[in-house]
Amino acid sequence: MKPTRRTFLAASFLAGSLLAGMAPAAAETKITFYYPVAVGGPVTKIVDGLVAGFEKDHPGVKVEAVYSGSYQDTTAKILTAVKGGNAPNVAVALSTDMFTFIDEDAILPFDDAAGKDAKAWFDGFYPSFMANSRTGGKTWGIPFQRSTVVMYYNKDAFEEVGLDPEKAPASWDEMREAAKKLTKRDAAGNVTRWGIEIPSSGFPYWLFQGLTTENGAILMNEAGNKVAYDDPKVVEALQYWVDLSTRDKVHPTGIVEWGTTPKDFLEGKTAMMWQTTGNLTNVRKNASFRFGVAMLPAKVRRGSPTGGGNFYLFKGSSPEQQKAVVDFVKWMTTPERAADWSIATGYVATSPTAWATDKMKAHVADFPAAAVARDQLEHAVAELSTHDNQRVTKAFNDGLQAALTGSKSPAQAMKDAQAEADRILAAYR
Amino acid sequence: MRAPSRSDMPETGRSFGPFRSPRLRTVEAWLLLLPSVVLFAAFTHLPFVRTFVDAFFSTPKGRRPSHFVGLDNWSDLAHDPIFWKVLINNTWYALGTIPLSVGIALVMALWVNGRIPGRGLLRMAYFTPTVLPMIAVADIWLFFYTPDYGLFDQIRGLFGFAATNRLGDPSSALVAVMVVAVWKEAGFFMIFYLAALQQIPPDLRDAAAIEGASRFAFFRRVIWPLLMPVTLFVLVNAVINAFRTVDHIFMMTGGGPDNATNLLLFRLYELGFKFWDQGQASALTVVLIAVLSTLALVQFLIAGRGVHYR
Repeated sequence: MKPTRRTFLAASFLAGSLLAGMAPAAAETKITFYYPVAVGGPVTKIVDGLVAGFEKDHPGVKVEAVYSGSYQDTTAKILTAVKGGNAPNVAVALSTDMFTFIDEDAILPFDDAAGKDAKAWFDGFYPSFMANSRTGGKTWGIPFQRSTVVMYYNKDAFEEVGLDPEKAPASWDEMREAAKKLTKRDAAGNVTRWGIEIPSSGFPYWLFQGLTTENGAILMNEAGNKVAYDDPKVVEALQYWVDLSTRDKVHPTGIVEWGTTPKDFLEGKTAMMWQTTGNLTNVRKNASFRFGVAMLPAKVRRGSPTGGGNFYLFKGSSPEQQKAVVDFVKWMTTPERAADWSIATGYVATSPTAWATDKMKAHVADFPAAAVARDQLEHAVAELSTHDNQRVTKAFNDGLQAALTGSKSPAQAMKDAQAEADRILAAYR
Repeated sequence: MRAPSRSDMPETGRSFGPFRSPRLRTVEAWLLLLPSVVLFAAFTHLPFVRTFVDAFFSTPKGRRPSHFVGLDNWSDLAHDPIFWKVLINNTWYALGTIPLSVGIALVMALWVNGRIPGRGLLRMAYFTPTVLPMIAVADIWLFFYTPDYGLFDQIRGLFGFAATNRLGDPSSALVAVMVVAVWKEAGFFMIFYLAALQQIPPDLRDAAAIEGASRFAFFRRVIWPLLMPVTLFVLVNAVINAFRTVDHIFMMTGGGPDNATNLLLFRLYELGFKFWDQGQASALTVVLIAVLSTLALVQFLIAGRGVHYR
């Protein structure tokens, strides 16, 4: 057929209406999906596979999956796109960026889009993962790639110094005593193996939140406009961390690099480390010794923050696109797929039903350490997240690093951090 | 070597183009300048004006559009202890890296300009850091500095010294990242000095030898003055780089511990793209531009006086 002026006009009209999202119901709905990669492995390939599977099950929906770098890059790309009026429809971003997106008026709660079975859907996830998804009575994030802090320990080293390798330290005192025994020095008094390493570069607040939670402190309120950095329990927790290196001398002095801690552990330079569950696969593949994974030790209680990324639904999506996003997110978080995702990446499967699937049961039987993170979830709390999150968190990080490097006392450091956080958060009260 | 005489130069006032009248010649000149004017205006001048204006407005948030706040962004900046810390850090960073990298570049250039065995290899070795991307350099040095099993600590370990944590200690972290910058830049500046040294006619050396000048006197009285134009060029570049190159901070310390290695541009990134505080970031940008322009002016006006172009 020769294109006449009329067919050309008709075609361009059709294209225009498709672009504008006004296509008739029979035509497909197109959604854009931004996702970051924060752990090793062929994650982009896995995501592409998932998207293809979803499109097969939902012929009416086309998903354009865009790899958007690290978490930091992803948030930057999303906010830039939002300001340019070109927001994605759905994205995976840090659960702690919820307030940032709300303040930028960038996201929609899932409650309305998910319709009448929203509550049942939300209740299917572990409550500790949902803690970072909710504020003001609305649910803004759906847990996807979530993690938590656990303690890795070298069973061979435990045996060598006469500790029971099947029994990880369960309290702060036990951890300190074990670390004292595990710290090894050469003839000149130089340390050849540390007892414990808790990383403090980049985002020390996350690991420190393990200590504060165990000491019974809650760092922020649900509205995200108040923090409790100068709570005496927080100061006490910081004192414990500082003492590990300066008084007990079982932890390296200064800042311990997050990125090299797993290497230190694998090289036998430290007998215990606090790290994300995201390193399970790495440690399992590369450890030349027997290792154990345990919950973080308790002071007045067990405790750890959660971490990782949630799905968000963005403003500017048409009702059809909102529905497509809900379908997509539901599909991605079904028990079967959550189990696959967890086994492939090391992230903690987000719902109890995912852990009840046959493949997850088989995985746990083969690798019991994977279940430690799940069992710790009942003690887990929401990761530190407030309005103007990055800045309020940086005040905390700076204070922690000041105390750990000895330039401020823990009490002074936390007092200064509190003052800075109060100054920033005043605008949100 | 003779300087070009007047007759080698095109006659002033003669146009190359088809335009003869002075008016058309002006048009021609502007047309020739147009591409660069457009590029500069679009990517340098307009953004700067825009940034300057933004520095007097609040940061727009989704629900709160931007409004005029006068000098608030500036006074916030002045009351921010991190800003002052960053400014001091950057001053030390500049004072440390500029003379060191330029000095080492000169020594290296003098060294590989002489007739020594393996000269080509040595020149290449000195220049290698320059061709590496800063991120790769930072990664290499991260390994050098790693406590206990990093290169430096392995060497120290041979002599029975304890492990060190240079990047993790606020008293040594800034020096540690300065060393990386010097290592990266000295080779680059060396190339300019080397080129200049090879332009110095050998008869000057012969003349100095006849006069009985010592090697030091020859360097001080002849070579150094002849190198001044290059030194000025290298200095300007070194100053700009001291405020511009922060890639390794991202890789090595993230500005920590407790802002010990936080520099102006890194802080600017934090304000602009981590905190999304457009107002403060704009104010800091203006400060950065003011600092750089002042330094460049000072260099051209004061240091430039001592420079004699042949």
